[in-house]
Amino acid sequence: MPRLGLRSVAILYLTAILVAPLGLVFYRTFEHGFAPAWEALTTPETLHAFKLTLIITLIAVPVNTVFGVICALAIVRQRFPGKGVLNAFIDLPLALSPVVVGLALFLLYGRTGWFGGWFEQHDIQVLFALPSMILATIFVSLPFVAREVVPTLREIGDEQEQAARTLGANNWQTFWRITLPSIRWAVIYGVILTTARSLGEYGAVAVVSGRLQGQTETATLRVQERYESFDVAGAYAVSLVLALLAVGVLLAMTLVRPKEETA
Amino acid sequence: MSIQVRNVSKRFNDFVALDDVSLDVEGGALTALLGPSGSGKSTLLRIIAGLESPDAGEVYISGTDATEVKPQKRNVGFVFQHYAAFKHMTVRENVAFGLKVRKQPKAEIRERVSELLRLVQLEGFGDRYPAQLSGGQRQRMALARALAPQPDVLLLDEPFGALDARVRAELRAWLRRLHEEVHVTTIFVTHDQAEAMDVASQIAVMNAGHIEQVGAPTDLYDEPETEFVMRFVGDANRIGAHWVRPHDLDVSHDARDGGVEAIVDRISHLGFDARVDLTAADGEPVSIQITRERLEQIELEHGQIVWLVPLRRRAFDPEALLAVD
Amino acid sequence: MTTFLTIVVVLPLAALFWESTKEGADGFWDAVSSPAAVAALKLTIGTSLVVSLVNAVFGTITAWVLVRDDFPGKTMMNAVIDLPFALPTIVAGLTLLALYGPRSPIGVNVAYTRTAIVLALMFVTLPFVVRTVQPVLQELDREMEEAAKSLGASELGTFVRVILPNILPGILSGVTLAFAKAVGEFGSLVIITGNLPFKTEVSSVYIFGRIESGDTAAAAAVAVVLLVLSFGLLLCIGVIRHVATRHERA
Repeated sequence: MPRLGLRSVAILYLTAILVAPLGLVFYRTFEHGFAPAWEALTTPETLHAFKLTLIITLIAVPVNTVFGVICALAIVRQRFPGKGVLNAFIDLPLALSPVVVGLALFLLYGRTGWFGGWFEQHDIQVLFALPSMILATIFVSLPFVAREVVPTLREIGDEQEQAARTLGANNWQTFWRITLPSIRWAVIYGVILTTARSLGEYGAVAVVSGRLQGQTETATLRVQERYESFDVAGAYAVSLVLALLAVGVLLAMTLVRPKEETA
Repeated sequence: MSIQVRNVSKRFNDFVALDDVSLDVEGGALTALLGPSGSGKSTLLRIIAGLESPDAGEVYISGTDATEVKPQKRNVGFVFQHYAAFKHMTVRENVAFGLKVRKQPKAEIRERVSELLRLVQLEGFGDRYPAQLSGGQRQRMALARALAPQPDVLLLDEPFGALDARVRAELRAWLRRLHEEVHVTTIFVTHDQAEAMDVASQIAVMNAGHIEQVGAPTDLYDEPETEFVMRFVGDANRIGAHWVRPHDLDVSHDARDGGVEAIVDRISHLGFDARVDLTAADGEPVSIQITRERLEQIELEHGQIVWLVPLRRRAFDPEALLAVD
Repeated sequence: MTTFLTIVVVLPLAALFWESTKEGADGFWDAVSSPAAVAALKLTIGTSLVVSLVNAVFGTITAWVLVRDDFPGKTMMNAVIDLPFALPTIVAGLTLLALYGPRSPIGVNVAYTRTAIVLALMFVTLPFVVRTVQPVLQELDREMEEAAKSLGASELGTFVRVILPNILPGILSGVTLAFAKAVGEFGSLVIITGNLPFKTEVSSVYIFGRIESGDTAAAAAVAVVLLVLSFGLLLCIGVIRHVATRHERA
């Protein structure tokens, strides 16, 4: 194989599509100095946007982690009717457009929606408020933990757990002391992916949140808002923070992946 | 198609796989490269095939220097220990591969493949996939595949290593018969000395990157030139500075000249023969093989002290070669 | 847990299908056959297919280089590939705009064009084929290649006859994932394409527009069509995959 040629093609491809654009954002953000960038980042609305993103992520990730582990255990270790369907449904969020997800939630929880009436009666606002944004984020980042844990669980087999039971451990003890440690790296890797997805969610949240500045705007929505308001520098600044978070996620992924693969 | 290897050396990082190795293989012969793991035998085979290139030295195939020639052009057939079957192709397609690549006419290919499947007794398996075959069948397919393009040389790398004992024995006999029919210069690599002795007409014993001795099986057994060959090809006992085959030791209750004292540990009856394990005076374990008759004659018992007399023995000068007794 | 799944997954889908039929069959058809909707659909499916195929080629090359080649910086290259997984899509759009938009330092300006769509989709789908082909290449029996060579196949011949058929399932998996992502992609397209109807408006943006206008029935209708079409295409890829791996099930 023309080795050098292939290598250059691959490097060029990655540089043109990934590396160069990212590098440029770094540059553009600080093009006019550190101060303007800092100012853009510390306006009350922007800070609120970051806070909202954080809250949503802090709720979505644990929920999906627990769900993912339970699902994985059910899929690999148990037999029940509809197991194949469950497996397929877990992958569904990956195949759906985020806008379509938002629309579906809109239809369910909007005032005229299926559940809208019930929520309105109890004076709970779902749409255009935090609850729907959390639901949307949970949906789109649903699959990751389960998808990472399922193959690991399959490979490990359940002999260790059987051994634990013969030694007198109950279900919870077996899970906590035997199962969980054996899948820990897969779970961690899944959590990293889930976090990245939650931090970066845009489409679904854009639909359900109403994008009210200072109230229902997440960091990603803020980027769009700043750009539309011709505050390009502001948009770049917020993007940079998100990009730095992404690089952090990448680092975490790179560190954990080998452990996850050899587990 | 003869093969000459001249002064070939090869290292992998710090590990010296081959150290100035030379070998002559006659056209049409069935030769074994015999040695323990790490002796360099597979490396040598792969260098002959062109799958590795030597750091130094040359390889000649039928008199032409093939050292720089790519494996595609060497016209050698190679059979791997783990079959290397094209798992996405049927048996028929596997065997036809070498012919398809040479763009031979379809009708000819079909005929040749059928002929080969008959030769390796896999008729009727043509449309199966390798995943559906047993290990032995897969290896037979691999052989047919290697033979299809009518190679000048056939190389086999531990071809029966992944198979169980019974299949191994069957395929061994089968390879010998095949060679008699097809007469291609064949070299195979093995660590099993019984296998080498059984199949090959010429054996090259290798150890730690060099060739210890080349010869016919009986020559290696009766006239080993180094200690390694003596011990690797057949069993051998160390008596003092000499090495003696188990069946070259006689037992006596009386002291004899040139004999050693030993105490009887265990007597095993092996049908026609008997094996007696003893411990010599210097603490060395010795194992002798005598006929049942002789055993009955002497009346050995556990714990007895007897004399062992070598009828034939060999000593090896570590510097040069050997001395014979 | 099945209740959790129902609440979170099944109900939203059901609501979608229900809403799309709210205005009856006529309403559905009107919404779906509106010129803008059709244009968006064609654009979406077209660009997604193109991008998936391009990724199939470049992704395989990249995976090949990562598995078979060794050079300084390879680890970093391996890590960089996951960037689209980690980066928010809206940020991805902005970064591409920086380099390939109006203020491009290299003078390339494809903002508000279809090229921008392809570019953005290539960014977000880049990792998929690479990551599905990598493990398959890694596991590939090298001796198969050596056998092919010993039988006379050239380097190219070995690749086409032996390697490619065996990594094809991996490529197809990646293409499936890439296509599904591309068809639904929204965030990265919103900024760089300008969302011009009939020119650079993809289905997800069209649906968004319908929602903002309050016409949720039309939005749902188009969403349903998009779902069905992409599901159909995914099924086709699945069939190809099934055929390509029949030797494993034999």
